[in-house]
Amino acid sequence: MATIKFTLNGNPQTVDVVPQMPLLWALRDVVGMTGTKFGCGIGQCGACTVHVNGQATRSCSMAMSAVAGKSVTTIEGLSASSNHPVQQAWIEIDVPQCGYCQSGQIMQAAALLAKTPKPTDADIDEVMKGNICRCGTYQEIRRAIHRASEMGGRA
Amino acid sequence: MSTTLNTATVNRRGFLKTGAAAAGGLLIGFTLPESSRLAAATTPKLNAFVQIGTDDSINLIIHKSEMGQGPVTALSQLLAEELECDWKKIKTEFAPVDPAYGTPLQGTFGSMSIRTSYAPLRQAGAQAREMLIQAAAQKWGVDKSQCRAENNNVINTATNARLSYGSLADAASKLTPPTGAKMKDPAQFKLIGTSPKRLDTPSKVNGTAGFGIDVKVPGMQYAVLQRCPVFGGKVASFDAAKAKAVPGVKQVVQISNGVAVLADNTWAAMEGRKVLQVKWDEGKLANTSSATIRQMFADLADKPGAVARNVGNVETAMSAGAKKIEAVYEAPYLSHAPMEPLTCAAHVRADGCDVWSGMQIQSIAMQTAMEKSGLKQNQISIHTQYLGGGFGRRGGADFVGEAVEISKVAGVPVKLTWTRDDDLQHDTYRPASYTKFSGAVDADGWPVAFNVRVACPSFAGLQNGVDRAAVEGIADIVYAIPNIRVEYHAPDAGIPTSYWRSVGYSQNTFFTESFIDELAAAGKKDPVEFRRKLLASVPRYLGVLNLAAEKADWGKPLPAGRFRGVAVVNNLGSFNAQVAEISITQGKVKVHRVVCAVDCGQQVNPAIIVQQIRSGIVYGMSALKGEITIDKGRVQQQNFNNYEVLRIDEMPVVDVHLVESHANPGGIGEASTPTIGPAISNAVFAATGKRIRKLPLRLDQA
Repeated sequence: MATIKFTLNGNPQTVDVVPQMPLLWALRDVVGMTGTKFGCGIGQCGACTVHVNGQATRSCSMAMSAVAGKSVTTIEGLSASSNHPVQQAWIEIDVPQCGYCQSGQIMQAAALLAKTPKPTDADIDEVMKGNICRCGTYQEIRRAIHRASEMGGRA
Repeated sequence: MSTTLNTATVNRRGFLKTGAAAAGGLLIGFTLPESSRLAAATTPKLNAFVQIGTDDSINLIIHKSEMGQGPVTALSQLLAEELECDWKKIKTEFAPVDPAYGTPLQGTFGSMSIRTSYAPLRQAGAQAREMLIQAAAQKWGVDKSQCRAENNNVINTATNARLSYGSLADAASKLTPPTGAKMKDPAQFKLIGTSPKRLDTPSKVNGTAGFGIDVKVPGMQYAVLQRCPVFGGKVASFDAAKAKAVPGVKQVVQISNGVAVLADNTWAAMEGRKVLQVKWDEGKLANTSSATIRQMFADLADKPGAVARNVGNVETAMSAGAKKIEAVYEAPYLSHAPMEPLTCAAHVRADGCDVWSGMQIQSIAMQTAMEKSGLKQNQISIHTQYLGGGFGRRGGADFVGEAVEISKVAGVPVKLTWTRDDDLQHDTYRPASYTKFSGAVDADGWPVAFNVRVACPSFAGLQNGVDRAAVEGIADIVYAIPNIRVEYHAPDAGIPTSYWRSVGYSQNTFFTESFIDELAAAGKKDPVEFRRKLLASVPRYLGVLNLAAEKADWGKPLPAGRFRGVAVVNNLGSFNAQVAEISITQGKVKVHRVVCAVDCGQQVNPAIIVQQIRSGIVYGMSALKGEITIDKGRVQQQNFNNYEVLRIDEMPVVDVHLVESHANPGGIGEASTPTIGPAISNAVFAATGKRIRKLPLRLDQA
């Protein structure tokens, strides 16, 4: 066991965990923040995407030992009241169906727009193809990313 | 719908008491146990579906599971249309298990949520509205004919006085629910047929939506289960020493189908399972492989089977036909792979049991919990959470049974989480199928014989040797072909199978619509013209076929390298035709655009219908990519790296065109899944002259 300190959604956070525990499970089972989802455990589906020091990261595949000292943003911390442009666009277009993959989709899309404020469809496909949606909301995701881009993208 | 547990949700099933047999026995009255009166005093119940808060809030009970297909919103529309309530004040919660919410099965399957709720939920809304009007009339001392309901108020039409629903809720809840309250004519609909925003969206963009995997119960341990990798195998012995040495692991227990590792977090449980040593009695399937299964199916398909349909005389017509063709079509086992792996939390006590999960069929979950806990129905509470996808997988309750058993043996509340490996390797699969077709066209090129022999495992039961779920999409074709014979074999390969989005149509429509295209080619006919003539007497088929052809510019030139294919189906009361536009580069098929025309009868929420059509198309396109294969009785696929599903870079533009209609609503959740495969493979034929007869779709094997 190790005591690991990091910043979570802007606040200092300390957890006592096995250092190999992936960030995903520390968030969900130790901290109790369940908005970040488990989908595959091997970085193949993107459901667990969070931002680590601003980079979209698969939290299922990053050990807590590597998180120490870093700044983590989860879906719960993306905005104060669902007012990030990506969330606003997602609401406007009613993107989610079952909704399970959407935390990861939204975090990936927010990271895309932070880097590429005016993405093309090809830009979107390239960055978002790591995020699976079995309900098939892909067409709406493309539209919503363009809409969020129009609304200013980064928040 | 949060997963926060409180007295009201835990005890909710105790609130129900069968009462007035209103609306054909669907609605029931409520009585409250003494201990709950105080807590529930602010939301009096008018019937099984409507509670009105004294604060003017509207609490609607949703008796269908929300797995993305939209019942939280669409069922609320049905209730609210007649209730004349303020849409913005609606809150929803999922129903407990009770006959009021469906008999013999309470659950969400067969694309039936709207179809079976369309009249009863409007009736429930109208009934509650009449109770509020009656309560207002009594307060004012006037006849109820002098009152009308509008936007959360009852209005006295003589004086323009108003009483809010909240102020009437207590009095209304004490009235005897009227039967046969008058419902609107569809021409008066204000909500039905419109697309208010989904009620579940806000919680699904900020991480607060409560899925089964998010449940946390005080004192709960996190569990994973090691099952025998070979179907039907059993634990011979196990050694838990290494697993118990993993930090965080609390206990290791055996249940009927495996060994569970319980820990103080999911990760520790998974780590413990990695070093758990289990010896298995692998059982009868240890030498089964995809090749042996295929051979078993193929051998059967050479012999006559049970007759599923027989019209005219196929043998005579075949020998008289001007041109005969034969083809064998094959489809693999498929996994459902919902994004949320299966999970269930359970707390079994000596005198009671609570179950929290995203399940499709609450009645089966209840029955399973009773069997595994040894408790009675009135001792068990089922708490339905949001489902991270269902697609048929969550219709069974194997995961519920496992969690209940683990909690009972371990003596603590548990949450069982399946990993993705567990999900792909212990699914109840869409069955594989090996199906032989033959047919003939006459001298003018029109079909005279359609002869099919299906070899496909049965899971839905046999009647006269035929499982309708295994032959649907073939035996029920409506094409005007004078001689049709469909035979069926039910091979038992030992691989668990079950319902998968669109069920038999998922593979059979691919077979049939491809073979119809083969017949059209044999008769030298255009695929749309061919279908038009054969569907001339079934107007709703013809309607969607013509609409899709028109919107896709069928028959007009395409840019160089682009090709079209068409397919049409009616499964579950919704007719749809699709035209896929593809190109092929470097041996890969790219689908650029899909035009889909849909006639689903009365539309409740057109935006959700369009979502579901796109969703079904994506699911159907994934069925062209994935396959589950067996070696030594084990599934070979482990995760999304080798069980391929559609990703955004392969997503075509899907244009959906809905036919206006007031016919009874059809099912929409599974409507479009069967059609896309043959639309694409028929386009591949247009491009290459090669028929895709075996899935997954691989051009080099065509």
